[in-house]
Order: sequence, then C-alpha cells, then structure tokens
Amino acid sequence: MSVQLPPTTEPAPGPVPPGADGGRPAKARTSRLRLTVRRFARNRLALFGLCLLVLLFLGAYGGPLLTKWDYQQHDFMNFLSSPSGDHWWGTTQGGVDLFALTMRGLQKSLIIGLLVGVISTFLAATVGAFAAYFGGWTDRVLMWIVDLLLVMPSFLIIAVLSPAFRGSTWLIFVVLLGAFSWMVTGRVVRSMTFTLKDREFVKAAKYMGVPAPVIIFRHILPSMASMLIIDTVIQVGAAVIGESSLSYFGFGVQAPDVSLGTVIADNTTNASTYPWLFFFPAGCLVLIGVSISFIGDGLRDALDPNAAGAKARSSRKGKRPRREGPKRERTVAAVPAQATTAAADGQGAAQ
Amino acid sequence: MGRYLLRRLANYLVLVVVAASLTYFLAGLSLNPRAKFEGRNPPLPEASITKTLDDYNMNPDTPILSRFGHWADGVVHGDLGKTIEGDDVNDDFGRRVGVSTRLLLIAALIGSLGGVALGAFGAIRQYRLFDRFTTLASFFVLAMPVFVIGVALKIGATALNDGSQTIKVLGEYDPQYAGQWNLDALVNRAQHMLLPALTLIILQVALYSRYQRSTMLDVLGSDFLRTARAKGLRKGKALVKHGLRTAILPVVPLLVYNIVLLFTGATFTEKTFGWHGMGELLVDSINKQDVNSVATVGLFTAVLVLIAGLLSDLLYAALDPRVRVR
Repeated sequence: MSVQLPPTTEPAPGPVPPGADGGRPAKARTSRLRLTVRRFARNRLALFGLCLLVLLFLGAYGGPLLTKWDYQQHDFMNFLSSPSGDHWWGTTQGGVDLFALTMRGLQKSLIIGLLVGVISTFLAATVGAFAAYFGGWTDRVLMWIVDLLLVMPSFLIIAVLSPAFRGSTWLIFVVLLGAFSWMVTGRVVRSMTFTLKDREFVKAAKYMGVPAPVIIFRHILPSMASMLIIDTVIQVGAAVIGESSLSYFGFGVQAPDVSLGTVIADNTTNASTYPWLFFFPAGCLVLIGVSISFIGDGLRDALDPNAAGAKARSSRKGKRPRREGPKRERTVAAVPAQATTAAADGQGAAQ
Repeated sequence: MGRYLLRRLANYLVLVVVAASLTYFLAGLSLNPRAKFEGRNPPLPEASITKTLDDYNMNPDTPILSRFGHWADGVVHGDLGKTIEGDDVNDDFGRRVGVSTRLLLIAALIGSLGGVALGAFGAIRQYRLFDRFTTLASFFVLAMPVFVIGVALKIGATALNDGSQTIKVLGEYDPQYAGQWNLDALVNRAQHMLLPALTLIILQVALYSRYQRSTMLDVLGSDFLRTARAKGLRKGKALVKHGLRTAILPVVPLLVYNIVLLFTGATFTEKTFGWHGMGELLVDSINKQDVNSVATVGLFTAVLVLIAGLLSDLLYAALDPRVRVR
C-alpha cells in the first residue's frame, strides 16, 4: 500500500498483498491513529472481538428494554422454568426472569471491569513513572510497596475488607480491586521510564524548567501510550474475572446489586439439574473475557508494529512465517493480566 | 551469587513479616467473631461469649496491639492460636496442607509438563491447524473464571454419569474409606480426584502454553539453533536440546510461582469440589469470622511467595549458566 497515493486507495480488505507490511514507518500523510485503526481492522479476530463487546454492551443496556420482565420481579407462576418464548432464558428458583437478571449483572460487570481497568492502569503509570523519574529513595520506597502488595494475598485482603463495603456503595469494591491489580504493570512502566528519562526530549524539558509532574504526564507517559492502552484493555478482562470470582463467594458486589458473579453464585446449587441457569450467565462472562482478549491482541499488533505477532500475521499468507522479528517486548505487558489472573488457581489474586 | 541470594532472602523475610502483620491487623479490625456466637439459639450469656473470645484471643474489645502481641508471640513459638471452634489452628493447618498437597502434586506435574509441551509444539507448528486450535482454546480457557470451569465440568460429569456414581463430584474420598490406603480406597480417591485435578490441569496448560509458545517462537529464529542444525543435528534433537532448553528458561519463574502459590490459590477448585484444603480455608475462615485462621492463611501465603521467589532464583541459576557467572 503506497501511502503517497490519494486516500481513495484504501488497502483492500481480505488477502493482504505480499510485502504489504503494516509495520513500515508512517509517512507524513497518514496519521498514527488512522494507521492503527487500519491495522486493527485488518485483524479479523480483533474485529470480531470488538463487535462482540459492542453487542454485549448493547445487550446489557438495551436488552432489559426488550423484555417485559424486570430483574427484581418474581413470576410466581414460573419457578425454575426452562427457556421459552415467555422467559427467553428461563427463570430462577425465585421465579426471576434469567435474561433480565443476567443483563443487569452484565451491566455491572462491564462497568466494574472498565473502571478497574482505568484505575489500575492510571495507578501503575503514575507510581511506575514517578518511581523511575525521581529514583533514589522515592524509587526504593515505591518499589517496596509494590513488593509488599504482591506478597499480600489480594483475594484474602479484599475478602477480609468486604464487611466494610457491605451495605455501602460498590464503588469501594472497585477501588479495592484497582488498588490490588496495578503492581506488575507498575514495574513495566518503571523500567520503560528509566530508558525514556535519558532521552533528549525529556532532558530538554527538564532544563527548560518544566516541573517534574508535567514532564511525567505530558512527555513520558504519552510516549508509552500504546503499552498503557493495551494494558488497560487487558486489565479490564482481568478485572471482570476478579470481580466475578469475588462476588461468587459473596465478597464482592453485595445484595441489592447484581453482577454476573452473584447471578452464577445464586444459581449454582441448581446448576446440575437446570444447566441453563449456569450456562447463560457464565456464557456472557466468557464472552466478555474472550472479546477483550481478542481486542487486546489486535491492539498490540496494531499499536506495536515491531511485535513479532504483527509481522508474522501479515506474512500469514506466505508459506513460511517470518520469525526474525525483534524480541516481542510487549509480551511483558500482555502477561500481567493473565499472570495475576493465574497467580491463584489461578484466580484469587483478584486479579 | 550467594550474597545476592542472601540479600534477597533478607528482603523477602522483612516483606513476609510486614505482610503477615498487616493481614492480622486487617482481619482483627475488620472481622467480628462475636457475631458468630451471638446468633445462637438459645442465646449465650454475654459474659460467657466474652470469656470464650478472650480465651481465643479474638475479643474485639481488647486493643488490637495487645491481641497482635499475643498472636505474634505464639507464632514465634510455633503456636498459631485457636480456631473459632476452639481447636488448635496448627492441627487444622497440618491436615489441610496435606489435602492440598495430594490434589496439587499430580495436577501441577501434568499441568506444567502439558503446558510446556503444548506451547512448544504450537510454536513449531505456528499457524497450522494445531496451533490455531490450541491458541483459540487457551483464549477461551483464560477468559473463564475457575469456578466456571469447575461448575461446567461438574455439570458435564453429572450428564456423563447418567445416574451412576463413576465420577464423584464432591469431597476427597467417601467416608467409609477414611484412613485406608488399600486398592478400593485408592480407586475411590482417584474417582474423586479426577474433576478437581482436571480443572487445575486445564487452567495451567492453557496459561503455560501461551508463555511457552511465545518464548519458543523467539528461540526458533535464533542463530544457535540454525548452527545446531547446520552441524548435522536431527531436527527433533536440535529443537529439544537447543531450542526448548533455552525457551523454557523464562517460563521457569512463572511455573514455580504458580505451582507454589496453588497451595492457597486453588480456592475455587477446592470450594467447588468440596476438598478441605488450604484454599477452602481462605474462604471459610472469613465467613466464620475466624481471625486466627485468616491470619494463618495470610502468613502461609506470604511464606509461599518467599519460597517461590527463592526457588525460582535457585532454579534459574541452576538452569542458566549466565546467572552463575555474575
């Protein structure tokens, strides 16, 4: 795809012509954003994930309007009825319409996931960048806190603190989840800041007298924006899993509120005999996770042309995949979510 | 190397002490053991509740610092205190560690071997059918919370059983086999073991194979592998001896951390399948407002992190000659 040509020649979707490497440095005309969008759109799995997520959002907020049942309403004629025209996804033991209930839970799970993703990435970026920029004791103290938080069993801590937010707002729960999921990313940001710190544009700003927080937020963090964006997406997925896991045991979202975790937990006793009570909400949960993984993967390839994945993908049609791409630095960024997810069962780490 | 390890050890030890103390403070301040006794019918007299709580060192009215001092003194002398039922935490702890070990040993072994093998093979067959399938499958597995995998397996097993009791879904063994180790008892244990072990294995294979695949891909294009082939090594041998051995290095810390932390991390698996291990204690102790048990879990987890950290440092040094030189 030659970038010199007028924009009428958008790259044809479908089979990518050999040699059309999305990773070439962008020429002046093509903005970074458009390039990213184009590369992202070329990745079918990522596009599929995005559509799926949009559908889930639409379903979560539009779905309740389509059905006549409310998630708090009990249908006393139908207890544990199977999916039918009246109750699309059947009813629970209390006669609540499962579709309405699941959509309500989906809303909360999505919101919590998004909030936690943003909070934890923000925390990670701030702490990591400040630690590396100031170095010395600031660095030592902050990294010690990171180590400490990694040693403390986050699932246990959030669960122990759960009485504190029982009866008050679920936003406290969100803050707690965020507070325990930023550490690994924080370390990555720190090591990236170390290398950025000595670059000319940072030094120039420093000697011009720009205050440190401004340098960090305006010069350093934007330079690693792609990593932060990818991390946010991955954290969202991890947060959804963490939230549902904690809620499953009653340590997360509390009674008047519902999330997918509580919906599954409430119906788990009947799951063997009335499997749809389990499969519909659990299916929604898995779909969130899958769509976010696909989006994260696509974003990584689109934002980071040097990643081995992006190159190999574009040469997918070729007989032999190229493998000599530079070391996939971003794997580190991709890892924490899954790793923390896996740290316990691995789920407990609240993710 | 030795000094480096010692410094790490000292740092870890401080972290463990601080983390365990913090957990105790949080649990002591946040949980309310009195509630456990107040709901009784017939109601217990106030004075006797207070007396019991004092005996167990759980009275919320005692200043937290003096409770902590009492607890810490006990821990230093190897006494973890009393559970809220009045038993020794030590006994409960020992029993549960045994249960967790029996479950985790096999699961961790198969899980890590399977994950490494699957990931490495997927990398060699990059973008072929096998690789596509395993990649997609691991995406799905990693998008699932553990309890979803567990309950799904349970539902599947119930359908497969079709009324019979071939695959057991609850507990570690049937009560009549308690304490026995003959053939019947072993078969019974295996029937119980199948599902929880499978849950853990699926999860670990999915996770490790992702990492192993990406590290293996990095190695596959390397010069030393080409050299190994050029000097006449057969493909399989070159891939395993030169490729896999290098590619497994970055995965080792992950493996160690995950396997060691499974002791308290298998919470969901143990809860779902009714195994009375350490993971279950994590949830149950909080539900029972059992301060001393919660503190024990916190301490145990912190110690596990320490062990995992040291173990992965040691293993890394053993496997990677470059570290030893430094």
